[in-house]
Amino acid sequence: MNRIPGMTESSCSSWEELVTAALLGTERRTPPVVYAGRDAPTALLDAAAVQTVRRRAGLRPAAAATPPEPAGQDPRPPLPPAARRRLAMLLADRPGAGSGGRRGTAPDLMELLPQWLATANEHGYAAPPELLPALLDAARGRTDLRPQALAFAGPRATWLARLNPDWRFALRSAPGGGSALPALGDSAEVEQLWQEGLFAERVTLLAALRARDPSAARELLATTWSTERAEDRLMFLDSLRTGLCDEDEPFLERALADRSRNVRATAAELLSALPGSALAARMAARAASCVSLDRTQGQTTVVVEAPHECDADMERDGVVPKPPAGRGERSWWLGQLVEAAPLAVWPERLGGRTPEEIVALPVADDWQSELHGAWCRAAVRQRDAAWSRALLGAPASPAAAGPGAVSLAERAKLLAALPAGERAEWVAGFISAHGLSEAFQLLGVCATPWAEPLGRAVVDALNIARDAGSYPWSFSGVMGLAERCLDPATATGLDGLTSIPDEPEDASPGAVGYWTEAFQRLVGTLRLRATMRAELMAR
Amino acid sequence: MGGPTFDDMTQQGVRWTADQVLALAPDAASRKAGSRLGAAGPWSETGSSGEGTVWGLCKGSGSKPYQTVVDIADTAGPAYKCSCPSRKFPCKHALGLLLLWAGGDGSVPDAQAPEWAEQWITSRRQRAEQKRTSGTAPARSADPEAARRRAEKRAERITAGAVELEQRLADLLRSGLASAEQGGYALWEETAARMVDAQAPGLAARVRELGAIPSSGSGWPVRLLEECALIHLLDQGWLRRERLPESLAATVRSRIGLPTAAAGPAVRDRWLVLAQYDTADGHLTTRRIWLYGEESGRTVQLLSYGAAGRAPALALPVGLALDAEVSPHPGADRLRADLGEQFAPPAPTAVRPEAVSTAQAVARYGEALRDDPWLESWPVTLAGVIPTPDGDGWQLADADGKSALPLGASALSGSRLWRLVAVSGGAPVTVFGECGHRGFIPLAVWPEERGEPVPLC
Repeated sequence: MNRIPGMTESSCSSWEELVTAALLGTERRTPPVVYAGRDAPTALLDAAAVQTVRRRAGLRPAAAATPPEPAGQDPRPPLPPAARRRLAMLLADRPGAGSGGRRGTAPDLMELLPQWLATANEHGYAAPPELLPALLDAARGRTDLRPQALAFAGPRATWLARLNPDWRFALRSAPGGGSALPALGDSAEVEQLWQEGLFAERVTLLAALRARDPSAARELLATTWSTERAEDRLMFLDSLRTGLCDEDEPFLERALADRSRNVRATAAELLSALPGSALAARMAARAASCVSLDRTQGQTTVVVEAPHECDADMERDGVVPKPPAGRGERSWWLGQLVEAAPLAVWPERLGGRTPEEIVALPVADDWQSELHGAWCRAAVRQRDAAWSRALLGAPASPAAAGPGAVSLAERAKLLAALPAGERAEWVAGFISAHGLSEAFQLLGVCATPWAEPLGRAVVDALNIARDAGSYPWSFSGVMGLAERCLDPATATGLDGLTSIPDEPEDASPGAVGYWTEAFQRLVGTLRLRATMRAELMAR
Repeated sequence: MGGPTFDDMTQQGVRWTADQVLALAPDAASRKAGSRLGAAGPWSETGSSGEGTVWGLCKGSGSKPYQTVVDIADTAGPAYKCSCPSRKFPCKHALGLLLLWAGGDGSVPDAQAPEWAEQWITSRRQRAEQKRTSGTAPARSADPEAARRRAEKRAERITAGAVELEQRLADLLRSGLASAEQGGYALWEETAARMVDAQAPGLAARVRELGAIPSSGSGWPVRLLEECALIHLLDQGWLRRERLPESLAATVRSRIGLPTAAAGPAVRDRWLVLAQYDTADGHLTTRRIWLYGEESGRTVQLLSYGAAGRAPALALPVGLALDAEVSPHPGADRLRADLGEQFAPPAPTAVRPEAVSTAQAVARYGEALRDDPWLESWPVTLAGVIPTPDGDGWQLADADGKSALPLGASALSGSRLWRLVAVSGGAPVTVFGECGHRGFIPLAVWPEERGEPVPLC
């Protein structure tokens, strides 16, 4: 008889008989009790009351199960008390269902969590254990939070994740320092985990080792490469993206002969990002043979002769022979060749011109968008600032009239190759010329907090938008970014915007009030961010 | 109020934590709305005085900002006033203001209260003073004879109710508990309503719970028999209350649902607030607050009620200690008490309750049952226990690995379990909770070495 799981009690055989009699009824079963002048049900209840209290009073503790292994020590210093309270407050503001409606003047606390975590990680604080469940729940719902959240959460979070299946993601994506990892300097332990670990543990191990010692990671991978399954090879190969260097070339070159097409393609992609590799040279030769200058006409023109076939060597170097539906195969092959060829080949091939001059050349027979698009992808892949700059063009030029980088998505990617300051300046120029309606994607790639010309450009543009009389929610995306990305120091300069100006004649009804509200939220959020930062600095 | 001690203590102002503030919220929506307002943005002219008053102007949707003021020094919990039209109490502005103040980032500076706040505080304090000087003057018992007649009348009704309930229990046992499985809720709801008519709310609540047992999974006949037997015991206790020892009779009266009043002499101590949690039963929210007296070593429970979705009025900051008087209610277990005068605002303390082993904890519960057989659990503090997974459940295992207390089913869902496990990290911790026949319900946990208690509810 064990009513409470795991709790033992003084057993009593007559209790079971009482239960049976009660279940069947005293009309059918005579209870095993002394009546003493009472009717059967009352006598049964009397006896049951005595037994109930007796059973409860006689409870004994249960036998202890095996406790879990203690969590790894977290040597980092604890948070300052104010920062700990702030984190609790940010985590308490979990997005609930059906909140709806406009946002009012109060800051959106959950949106500040990524910043808070990044700053806390910069300072190397340990997470307060009691907040780990809320932190893990937040990271569970938002994958973008996970790297920072898990780095902050530390070894105890991985320990918790082994006990709670809801948090299993923390075991998969533990960045670098999951407690499961051996000391990376201990080659015997590393070797053992690599040989015997689960797939997730091995991916984590390889990524951590690669971040620390790229060659050691590659050599570790090479020891078992031929015995890995194709899907696993693909994942492992992908982790070489971090810290990619010329020493990886021989290994990648071998992977070009892999049985799996996906592995081959990834190896080729990685090799093409190494401009000095043999694959890059082969691609350069192929690409160069397709593109030439025609000086016979009045104006020097770029002439494109797309490849006529995709031979076995091209395929081995990662060119996908079959185009997606709706695309011609020759232009498909051309795009891949140009994308994988080192950009350095073009000035040489095209008359010693700079990237700007090359991009400015007319391209014959409608090949311009194909060619420029491929150059964009190459500039992104090779992180080439000079080509990115050339392909972006002047920020003020209208998108349609610009060079090949027509789409905003491509521009955003090209911007990522520029130094942070230049990026901010370019986007500031873009916003001054075109306003905010298309700036969202571009703002997303700018370093935070926004450098000064950019911050001012955004605030000015918001101000112009307000004066134009539209509603602020047309700009809610940019407004949200501004709350998170403007330098908190700009808050003092914004006070003027939070007052309520006269409503312009052609304004949408009530818009002015909503703008004031939005600016108040902006200023409030900036102040809060400054406070958050100060709290984390306090030692 | 306002003696020198008080001023000295509050000049520095022990600020609450965000958790403590959010515990005041009447519902989840208010908690959320309040957290959003807990930042400098919409606030202006905020300030707090050494006497435990916080005020500020909050920009709302209208042109005129709302005036919000909170008095946190009141013995009966914080008092709020806000010019907003919300019927939530406290409203989101009051919560936001307290969060801003709790943030302690200088956005609520020490200041002189503006006139509108000062007026309210002064009149409040005056009223409180009048109430105190007039004492607990029994305003209602102007006519003791009439009161006695009312009490007699009620006792007669309860007796009739108890007799009727005995009859129903006997009928049930005669035809067998198996028949209750078919009867369902309706049978018990009707009986519970009869007990409400009989002015025996304690009996009514117990009867209502019987209705849920047949659908509560395997082993229900055992649980149903137990609860029926305990109701029978309570009926019998009431019917023979004249012959019971006085303390047991007091327990019976309180279990039946008769109101009790604090009777014992007030105990002044530094009372550590161990836990505060709410349970909802229909329209009534019951808040239970556990206090531990540093000097007396006593653990007492304060109760506060909120009707129709309102938060109970009493709210105390978990983890802080109050220098205050509490007055125990009559009854054998002497757990229930009322909070009397507070002599200083809550302050942190390093003191922890006296702790026992798992074996002692169940023994304490067993001993307490001698005085009150209807007790579900007994408050204890366990030291050096490790939260340990055990099959589908969890237990608190003594660090020596011999014995353990299983956690009650209600402790296994929600954030409570995981906060406990996270604080432990596999190492021994000190845990306060309720130890009973359904297992152990953890309510607060301390890290083994040092540190403040972490509330689990």
